[in-house]
Amino acid sequence: MLDKNGIAKRIAKEVKDGYYVNLGIGIPTLVANFVRDDIEVEFQSENGVLGMGPFPFDGEEDADIINAGKQTITTLPGASFFDSAMSFSMIRGKHVDLTILGAMEVAENGDIANWKIPGKMVKGMGGAMDLVASAENIIVAMMHTNRAGESKLLKTCSLPLTGVGCVKKIVTNLAVIEVTPKGFKLLERAPGVSVDDIKNATEGHLIIDGEIPEMIL
Amino acid sequence: MINKKVANVTDALEGVADNMTFMFGGFGLSGIPENAIAELVKRNIKGLTCISNNAGVDDFGLGLLLQQKQVKKMISSYVGENDEFERQMLSGELDVELIPQGTLAERCRAAQAGFPAIYTPAGFGTEVADGKETREFDGKMYVLEHAFKADFAFIKAWKGDAAGNLIFKGTARNFNPNMCGAAKVTVAEVEELLPVGELDPNQIHIPGIFVQRIFEGAHFEKRIEQRTVRQRN
Repeated sequence: MLDKNGIAKRIAKEVKDGYYVNLGIGIPTLVANFVRDDIEVEFQSENGVLGMGPFPFDGEEDADIINAGKQTITTLPGASFFDSAMSFSMIRGKHVDLTILGAMEVAENGDIANWKIPGKMVKGMGGAMDLVASAENIIVAMMHTNRAGESKLLKTCSLPLTGVGCVKKIVTNLAVIEVTPKGFKLLERAPGVSVDDIKNATEGHLIIDGEIPEMIL
Repeated sequence: MINKKVANVTDALEGVADNMTFMFGGFGLSGIPENAIAELVKRNIKGLTCISNNAGVDDFGLGLLLQQKQVKKMISSYVGENDEFERQMLSGELDVELIPQGTLAERCRAAQAGFPAIYTPAGFGTEVADGKETREFDGKMYVLEHAFKADFAFIKAWKGDAAGNLIFKGTARNFNPNMCGAAKVTVAEVEELLPVGELDPNQIHIPGIFVQRIFEGAHFEKRIEQRTVRQRN
């Protein structure tokens, strides 16, 4: 079974040379730590920066330079700042190559819910609805089950939707799964996890086609 | 040169009144119009509709207006990190319209640019699209979203001049340029108000035509919401 860093490490292998990548808050943010250093990648943050770098050194933080999680950051050579409309032009206009975000629920048809638990948690969707409505390459990073042990990979989402039929790939602590027109297709198992473990943790239709290889991290 | 300079924040906010709709630049606490917010707290006008990506934190930013119950309605994309906001929202005291962040930006820009509405794919098939017109273009579904109508836009910029020209810094730019000229009156507060002619016309982010009043802010706290650093080894 993977921890959050393990999930991020596996997703980092999906990041290719020349990609512009938008990372959501939470596990997705960790992906930047594991991207190979022999490829060129630029990270976009929807509050208006392309070419995000690491956190600043202690004492060099600047209130005017933050990421979408409101954390102080730095920029790398070649970076640029822009306004919110332009930021979402990059996203809606399909100029960003890969979007990685978290989710509370994903359905077997690719629907995603990640912004609201009615009556309980109402923080808002931020940029998530724009991202999932437009991005062609969306990977969801999440734990396979919630804190109550219930599956987050469902037949249909129970929570208010963020987007419909948009998720293409899911990387969890247990598996790598592709969302196909026929359901969740199991591609890889996490180290030490059996196909049965994944079946038991998946409520939606799981397609198991032949031998399922273990992830290479 | 058409002079947009006003003496101070009091003059800059001349005309604000109960039940008006205001736009506020800023993302989190970065690039928020601190001086305008402080003046609105002082005037204690009520029944406000606030268009802002976020709602501040409990004791800073728009959280200060929420504390005094000056806000009737918030239109935002993300409102976490604010307990008083959550309390007012869940108790029904505060009307909240949550909309996608890109839609928020584009509804401002539409108002600025003279478009009555725009089509966006964001939110199609979700409760955000409930009751809204939808339309198919090239096999994909889009939602019709209307331009905002606001009385004042409160903007924070880094540098400006008396002609109303503005330059922003870093990610404090965010929604600020999109809100300039998107309300009946645009009020810009800047860290440095420079003599006309000192800003390079090539470097202006927002031309003064979009700004009606400009003043140098008296004090900017520029609070950091999430201070994240790494250690030198």
